[in-house]
Amino acid sequence: MSTKSYVRTEMLPEKAPPPTEVGIIGWMKENLFSGWLNSLMTVITAYLIFWVLAAILPWLMNSVWNAGSLNECREILQGEAGACWGVINERFNQLMFGFYPENLYWRPVLAFVLMFVALAPVLFNPMPSGLKIAWGVFLVIGCWMLYRVGAPGLAYVVFLVAGGAFFLDRLASKMVWFSALFPFLAVWLLWGGTAWNVTMALFGFVIGYLVYRFLSPAVGFLFGLILAVLITVAWWLFLAGPVAATLAGSIPLELAPVESRKFGGLTLALMLGVTGIVGSLPLGIVLALGRQSDLLIVKSLCVGFIEFIRGVPLITLLFVASTLLNLFLPPGTEFDIILRVMIMVTLFAAAYMAEVIRGGLAALPKGQYEAADALGLDYWKAQRLIIMPQALKISIPGIVSTFIGLFKDTTLVSIIGLFDMLGWANAIRANAEWTGIVWELYAFIAFVFFIFCFCMSRYSMYLERKLQTGH
Amino acid sequence: MKKTVFFGALAVAGVAAGAVAAGTLDDVKARGKLNCGVSTGLVGFAAPDANGNWDGFDVGVCRAVAAAVLGDPTAVEFVPTTGKTRFTALASGEVDMLARNTTWTFSRDVDLKFEFVGINYYDGQGFMVPKSLGVTSAKDLDGATICIQTGTTTELNLADFFRANNMSYEPVPIETNAEGQQQYLAGACDAYTTDASGLAATRASFENPKDHIILPEIISKEPLGPLVRHGDQQWGDIVRWTLNALISAEELGITSANIDELAKGTQNPEINRILGTEGDLGAMFGLDKQWAYRAIKAGGNYGELFEKNIGENTPIGLARGLNAQWKDGGLVYSPPFR
Repeated sequence: MSTKSYVRTEMLPEKAPPPTEVGIIGWMKENLFSGWLNSLMTVITAYLIFWVLAAILPWLMNSVWNAGSLNECREILQGEAGACWGVINERFNQLMFGFYPENLYWRPVLAFVLMFVALAPVLFNPMPSGLKIAWGVFLVIGCWMLYRVGAPGLAYVVFLVAGGAFFLDRLASKMVWFSALFPFLAVWLLWGGTAWNVTMALFGFVIGYLVYRFLSPAVGFLFGLILAVLITVAWWLFLAGPVAATLAGSIPLELAPVESRKFGGLTLALMLGVTGIVGSLPLGIVLALGRQSDLLIVKSLCVGFIEFIRGVPLITLLFVASTLLNLFLPPGTEFDIILRVMIMVTLFAAAYMAEVIRGGLAALPKGQYEAADALGLDYWKAQRLIIMPQALKISIPGIVSTFIGLFKDTTLVSIIGLFDMLGWANAIRANAEWTGIVWELYAFIAFVFFIFCFCMSRYSMYLERKLQTGH
Repeated sequence: MKKTVFFGALAVAGVAAGAVAAGTLDDVKARGKLNCGVSTGLVGFAAPDANGNWDGFDVGVCRAVAAAVLGDPTAVEFVPTTGKTRFTALASGEVDMLARNTTWTFSRDVDLKFEFVGINYYDGQGFMVPKSLGVTSAKDLDGATICIQTGTTTELNLADFFRANNMSYEPVPIETNAEGQQQYLAGACDAYTTDASGLAATRASFENPKDHIILPEIISKEPLGPLVRHGDQQWGDIVRWTLNALISAEELGITSANIDELAKGTQNPEINRILGTEGDLGAMFGLDKQWAYRAIKAGGNYGELFEKNIGENTPIGLARGLNAQWKDGGLVYSPPFR
């Protein structure tokens, strides 16, 4: 048998796969031309892409960056197609800051940079090492912005402090305190005036906490809480103002005040967007829990609120904020228009948020609730330790979608006469120099919005990966 | 129950708001600033420039009033209003006056409880067509497709005009003037119709304005003017006569260049009365003698404002037309200062 020569005793060497199955050709064959239908689609798509690029690329390549008016652009272009970015160049500050006084630009920029410093410990805990590089890059950009708007000294300070804090991991966890203080700091930076106003507003929380801390053992949890809230509100309404005024009289601590009418452009969009996002999440959670509650009044209030807000377009609410409230409030009431819009936007987003989170709650298996009960946890502990962490994780894509939608919805304020970026686009085009310009302005605005929305979307994917507990 | 309480509260607040009445002049003086409602942006009439300063024909009226009342043409807080928010902004007291190319109509004057103090621009609806269409009169537009802004009086005017002339047309609805420009240039419609001043401004922004003509027919009356709330006659008088002072100044030849010379006293008693060198007209509505002097000096007389913002030497290039002084065959006419 062993003399039979046709039995192979050694392996044949591997042959290279046929060239049509590997490399670019193989990839194309598999992904682009795997059948006659796919081949047809590929050809059509390729043609469409070519067609779009053929229209856009020459226009982009032929950009004019320095021109004082549309006609000047046209003269430079000599009848050829080309983008006239001169308008962005000339009106960049207005698109970013609105009417904000030019010598105070460092304040919104500083607030913007500090916002990320404040967000980082909340969003990334602990910060992944890959992101530290991105963070460093962002800090450099932020400080460069501060430098550009005329606050070089401040740029160095922020760079050193914020940079140092994040590369020393031990400090990073302490930064949460800064996150809690940031809203007050931002209000002071943006609107100016005396620092005592926000300090006293902040002090209200301290008072509330102290009251709760020392009274609740004596009068019980619920009464302690109610008393704390009442005393805090009373402090804000009646005492905080006079005390702040008195303190400001002796130690001014003042920044030049800026009226709400001066806000505009991207600054306004970010202010509305961030307030809405930060405010709507906790409010949404409370509403979602309220809607599932067994307490009749709580439940009907929550259902009524959610259904009412969701049944009304945001535009209507904005009109209520801008015009109806004006008619109903007693004349002479100074109720800041931006504050009114912020409240409306937050309430609007909160109603949607509540339903997104309710979806997460509904997706949670009943066993989880029962397990929490079996462990003897009370309602709040069960929510905090078992239910919410899982429900929120499930809801992440929906939550971030709501955030992105909310941020884009801020452009609607241009309809009630606030100058956000779209409002400015209209105003800029009402100048004799720039009337007739369309694509450049809107392309720029779209680009700016894309950056923010894309970052939010990427962050939500990062968060989903981080919280992934499946196998 | 909850709703009743809510609406009750609103009603009480509404009654309280109704009490917003006399004393606009005192309010403005106490504030040190005039709150003036303007458009969020309309070529030639109101727009913020590259430095954030408002400029335009309507803005000029605001500045004149501020100069007359407060002595400083820059003491104006410009409140941008849209077509939808303008009337509530005025009614609620958010602005002291509205100078926002608003058409004076019966219902706005009577039903909305406003007071139009005069007319600073006589506008009317017109048509723009490409020259290549070979049309020279709106009467030739039978069967044409026409781009038109929806929800405006222009839509109704157009329907009236075509029905009266027994012609048909195909409307292409658009939302904003900017969209209208794009649609018209892209050839989506044969003609574009809106206010003649708007047409001129639109045409001026085209790459080749000479390829388009504005037809001679004006099919509607659009008298645009500043307005104030009902109920404060003194304030209404101040705004009305500030506008009249600008108009009379042009008629009498008072310009921002020669006003200082004329303010020393002239042979013409009316000039003297306007500029406060004779009599004391200002005291009659609570201002000083020099109020009109300051108003005219702020941005020039009516004609100067017109030429600077929308006149023939600007990109918009509007002819005076109906807005010429009555002596020159226009409609602009101020009652005498006496």
